[in-house]
Amino acid sequence: MLGFLKQPLVVRADINLNVVALTGMGLLSRLWGLTYPRAVVFDEVYYGQYISLYMKRVFFLDGSGPPLGHMLLALGGYLGGFDGNFLWNRIGAEYSSNVPVWSLRLLPALAGAFSVPMAYQIVLELRFSHCAAMGAALLMLIENALITQSRLILLEALLIFFNLLSVLCYLKFSNLQQHSPFSLSWWFWLVLTGVACSCTVGIKYMGVFTYLLVLSVAAAHAWHLVGDQTLSNACVCCHLLARAVALLVIPALMYLLFFYIHLILLFRSGPHDQVMSSAFQASLEGGLARITRGQPLEVAYGSQVTLKSVFGKPVPCWLHSHQSTYPMIYENGRGSSHQQQVTCYPFKDVNNWWIVKDPGRHQLVVSNPPRPIRHGDTVQLVHGMTARLLNTHDVAAPLSPHAQEVSCYVDHNISMPAQNLWRLEIVNRDTDRDVWKTIMSEVRFVHVNTSAILKLSGAHLPDWGFRQLEVVGEKLSRGFHESTVWNVEEHRYGKSQEQRERELELHSPIQVDVNRNLSFMARFSELQWRMLTLRTDDSEHKYSSTPLEWVTLDTNIAYWLHPKSSAQIHLLGNVVIWASASLATVTYALLFLWYLLRRRRNACDLPEDDWLRWVLAGSLCCGGWAVNYLPFFLMEKTLFLYHYLPALTFQIILLPVVLQHVGDHLCRSQLQRSVFSALVVAWYSSACHVFSTLRPLTYGDTSLSPSELRALRWKDSWDILIRKY
Amino acid sequence: MTPAVGRGPPGSELRARRGRCGTQAARAVVADVVAKDAARSPKRPAQGSRRLEAAGGWAVLALVTLLSFATRFHRLDEPAHICWDETHFGKMGSYYINRTFFFDVHPPLGKMLIGLAGYLSGYDGTFLFQKPGDKYEHHSYMGMRGFCAFLGSWLVPFAYLTVLELSKSLPAALLTAALLTFDTGCLTLSQYILLDPILLFFIMAAVLSMVKYHSCADRPFSARWWCWLTLTGISLAGALGVKFVGLFVILQVGLNTISDLWRLFGDLSLSLVTLAKHLMARIVCLIALPLALYTATFAVHFMVLTQSGPGDGFFSSAFQARLSGNNLHNASVPEHLAYGSVITVKNLRMASGYLHSHRHLYPEGIGAHQQQVTTYLHKDYNNLWIVKKHNTNSDPLDPSFPVEFVRHGDIIRLEHKETSRNLHSHYHEAPLTRKHYQVTGYGINGTGDSNDFWRIEVVNRKFGNRIKVLRSQIRLIHQVTGCVLGSSGKVLPKWGWEQLEVTCTPYLKETLNSVWNVEDHFNPKLPNISLDVLKPSFPEILLESHMVMLRGNNGLKPKDNDFTSKPWHWPINYQGLRFSGINDTDFRVYLLGNPVVWWLNLVSIAVYLLLGSVLILAVQRGVCLPAEVQGLSQVLLQGGGQALLGWALHYFPFFLMGRILYFHHYFPAVLFSSMLTGILWDSLLRLCAWRLASCCSSSLARSIHVGGILSLLLGTAYSFYLFHPLAYGMVGPLAQNPLSPMAGLRWLESWDF
Repeated sequence: MLGFLKQPLVVRADINLNVVALTGMGLLSRLWGLTYPRAVVFDEVYYGQYISLYMKRVFFLDGSGPPLGHMLLALGGYLGGFDGNFLWNRIGAEYSSNVPVWSLRLLPALAGAFSVPMAYQIVLELRFSHCAAMGAALLMLIENALITQSRLILLEALLIFFNLLSVLCYLKFSNLQQHSPFSLSWWFWLVLTGVACSCTVGIKYMGVFTYLLVLSVAAAHAWHLVGDQTLSNACVCCHLLARAVALLVIPALMYLLFFYIHLILLFRSGPHDQVMSSAFQASLEGGLARITRGQPLEVAYGSQVTLKSVFGKPVPCWLHSHQSTYPMIYENGRGSSHQQQVTCYPFKDVNNWWIVKDPGRHQLVVSNPPRPIRHGDTVQLVHGMTARLLNTHDVAAPLSPHAQEVSCYVDHNISMPAQNLWRLEIVNRDTDRDVWKTIMSEVRFVHVNTSAILKLSGAHLPDWGFRQLEVVGEKLSRGFHESTVWNVEEHRYGKSQEQRERELELHSPIQVDVNRNLSFMARFSELQWRMLTLRTDDSEHKYSSTPLEWVTLDTNIAYWLHPKSSAQIHLLGNVVIWASASLATVTYALLFLWYLLRRRRNACDLPEDDWLRWVLAGSLCCGGWAVNYLPFFLMEKTLFLYHYLPALTFQIILLPVVLQHVGDHLCRSQLQRSVFSALVVAWYSSACHVFSTLRPLTYGDTSLSPSELRALRWKDSWDILIRKY
Repeated sequence: MTPAVGRGPPGSELRARRGRCGTQAARAVVADVVAKDAARSPKRPAQGSRRLEAAGGWAVLALVTLLSFATRFHRLDEPAHICWDETHFGKMGSYYINRTFFFDVHPPLGKMLIGLAGYLSGYDGTFLFQKPGDKYEHHSYMGMRGFCAFLGSWLVPFAYLTVLELSKSLPAALLTAALLTFDTGCLTLSQYILLDPILLFFIMAAVLSMVKYHSCADRPFSARWWCWLTLTGISLAGALGVKFVGLFVILQVGLNTISDLWRLFGDLSLSLVTLAKHLMARIVCLIALPLALYTATFAVHFMVLTQSGPGDGFFSSAFQARLSGNNLHNASVPEHLAYGSVITVKNLRMASGYLHSHRHLYPEGIGAHQQQVTTYLHKDYNNLWIVKKHNTNSDPLDPSFPVEFVRHGDIIRLEHKETSRNLHSHYHEAPLTRKHYQVTGYGINGTGDSNDFWRIEVVNRKFGNRIKVLRSQIRLIHQVTGCVLGSSGKVLPKWGWEQLEVTCTPYLKETLNSVWNVEDHFNPKLPNISLDVLKPSFPEILLESHMVMLRGNNGLKPKDNDFTSKPWHWPINYQGLRFSGINDTDFRVYLLGNPVVWWLNLVSIAVYLLLGSVLILAVQRGVCLPAEVQGLSQVLLQGGGQALLGWALHYFPFFLMGRILYFHHYFPAVLFSSMLTGILWDSLLRLCAWRLASCCSSSLARSIHVGGILSLLLGTAYSFYLFHPLAYGMVGPLAQNPLSPMAGLRWLESWDF
């Protein structure tokens, strides 16, 4: 039992000094003078506002990516004790003393620093030599663009870190596969692969592609496993199951976890509430929740309600009417009914109130007990302030002539009989006798006479309609569309019989109290959907570029300029590394194709082991480059040079692999090998030289003279800022 | 023809089965029994019976073709008015007959064929094709409809032959043929003047010839092999020439060719010279030939359409000079721009238009309340501008002044001829592109302020050069703000008459949006020279028309609050397209797939994926399959895989497309999906029959197979009987009305017929 006492307690530590040294150098290069410049640099202005909102726990909606990245940046702020009080409005604005610049920038910098030893590890795990591994790490170390991007409050460094981590973990795992499957470390690396993949996806949607790459490599390996007939069926099943859990289930759960934390953190209502559904808004503290707390749940005859369009495009708005009528004749000569206008209005207003009336009765108050309205019931909608009935008829709508005009019926036009009965359809009903519920029910109003459906057309009315949004009766409803769906947002039971009292009642704020909670999954799916469909204006930017310009580094981004001197920070890559990395990729592709064709004709130039190693390195590195680069050609958003950095890291890792391969297999004699090594050393020193030349633009700490700056403008397309005195 | 050895069940048995089946499936069973027996006996079938089989095969094919033609041509003349997109394609057919130039987002072959059919059938091109619902009256339209129906009818026999080749099984082929014959969607789409029947015809022809030439793989370079290979190439050119969707079938053929070449390359018995011959044959037949044909269709297109027409404005000035009737045709203008010239300025971005202004102001609240400046696609007096010196307002046309040319880098003022306002910009945000500055017309009778000064620059030129009309690409740079005049390409709202926005962009990057050329040029003091020099070469106009087509395609964006068809709607037959008629008194035609067929297809894809993965897994695990199952799994994986690939290639890319999508885009995929269904169910039933034969009597097993196929055939036919009014037209109450004969058939609420 106590057998372990008989043995001396031994701790053996293998310390790879290479890794230590690389980590040290990585930290030095990324952390040195981190608080400089003490001013907002480039996209910090964008991420900073979200950090502030996290600090203040205010809900926001950002379509640029899942929340993990923002949360990690905010973690830095939290650790540094940031209170969120800073106005992120201008690049170059000086940080006030309450902004913990160092800790805000720390996390991306650490991620950038650790990417250096990780490149080393990856090349080792690909079973290439230490020299090659050192080469990869040293290239990462002196890549100016990576340094610049890691030293600021930006997401790319984190994304690159997790990209590399997923690949590294998978390699560690697959190398353990042969000797010790199902051992503790096997499980550790497998699960860590899943976790790292989910983090990659959690930082930017682009991470999905790295995840898919790892998945497909894993699938290919698993497929070989299935074909291995020395394993029993049960064993194969266990292997497949373990991979499915670690690489599919865990990432999915982690992804949900990010959103869970995100929603836990942000519980206050904020500037983006409007975009979300009423139900979602009601789950936030303050804002709509304060207003709608304690509303009666079931809408009954006599209820006073505001009706919000579920679609919310182009802007969220409420069904609205006002005294003005449609103009007798439109600009284009068509006629209207000259009835009272019905529109959709994007602001809260007393004219947004409607009273749900039973067509069979006259009173506009809720009886006791209230008679709830169910799916399929026929109702009339009375406009609260003008007491007119919502009506549609066979008159062309002002801006959508194929649809019917919707109006509030005024009885001065005898030729138009009132057609004001609407059948209620609850879209998200469970049964056909569902009750119409505040906030939760999404309903459609189907006109009884013409079966037209009340719809928000999305067009802005001209001046006579006060630029409010047009509401029409859609006759040709081809299936379901969200613009025909409405929900009750504010709601109370009407008490006043008289019109005058009722107007007072409508003006008074509503009270009463109940809290309604939305389940996490409902909130998650709504938030995720809105994030994916959020369309930002494709704004062009002075420094935006196209993917083709990235490979040749034909573009740069000016990140920051010192307010007085000409010290400046640019996102600018190490030209030598960029060029040789692209060259290496091309070389790899050509060599691979050549070997592949030769193998097909049964001429094997490489031993089987070398070949497999060569293929794996290529599929991960070339594949990693391709999946992180090619999708940008299909994207329509504004693109910047920094989008290329994740792809570049994969290229950089491939570079020493190709060099080693050329040295080992293509250089036949010892002499050739020596010459090749000498060339490599010379090439690396030139890369170092370029690094040190561009260093002032990377760190922005030295002010260069105009002539020096002009000398640095190696390409005409580079935009280096030169002050005119 | 020789059977492919090594794919599918053993060859001799197949040949026997294929050939001997009669027109009735019941007889096929008997034949099947005989075939089995024959296969067991070592002797090959006698010569006479083989001839009989061949005759039987031809008879079935003839029957299938006949049925297809009968259904497609039945009541082809109804309705006698324009249905749906006939308004476009009929109109374009007329343009060919009238030789009027027009613009369309699709390549020209389909419309050219329609025009040809109309021409040959005596249509004179005088019908206007204004809007759906217009009566044809005395105009002859049956030629064009008949042509489309003729091509559409070939889909069924083509699919039949393809499946026969892929699965070597008559029941599978018959099932596929029945599914397509009785699909109301394919029927409807084939009956009108549309591009789709033509496109589908070429797609199917390409697939059929590809499959055929693969089946000749054991006799490469034989006449038959060359013939099918060439036909593949021709069909590919046809498919691409009708719509760009043809690219998907090209992709399919390309993938097949690559895998075929890879297989050959691994065959060490073939010398490298033979391989090179193989490669060259494919390059010539599948790349060079289609490209040549495709280019040729464009050549014909440009040769036929020589009259100026509604499409002119989409094209560059040089392009328009080709069209007779256009004011640039054979025009002669002064060559160099001078002060005092009256000009029109065209944006170089395709389909962007002329710099334009008119007597309307920007509305209150949108920048400064000054006169609008836009770009406008049509020719108009309001496109005319006068070039003036920035600092004097004297009339440069005064004969006492010498002619002074405008040079690169000069500061000029552009005065709008009709309203005498100057082109002007200032630090107000543009109406739509908020980051740009607004461009307005300002000043009275040419007197404005310093915000009216623009520096004119020729792209890629040095200082001092004169500016050439039409050929110089110029940029106008605002003196005060330093921004560049450009068109954002966004459509202004109603107040701007839906013309395109003009802005002054502070981003100096050179894009086509901000480059202009001078098109019309009037200056009485300068000699006119002929414009013939700038006639563009054929490759140039080919390239330009493609750019314009691509931009046109990208421009077809759905509007936000509109009901649009989504790709996921299609396989479930969620929603049809109304071809004609809305109200209960109208003659209504509704494009909707036969739901029985479509849902069977949908189920088949799922079943196939399941079965396929089980089979692949079994193979990978090294499970020993019985010979019969092995044969079936070969058919399923190779033949079915081909159909599945076709379906996937013709369906999934639509998820990536930003342009507006319609239901009928799914029909190429339907063809492949029906082929998959045929192959799958036949194999499944055979598999069942094999299971049963091993435990029970073999006659029961056989009757299961026959019964299954028969019930599927009859079920499809019956569903067609139910749904045929969708295609052949309905009059009377709408289906919501319980009195309507279609009342019970509205199985989904989203169908509105």
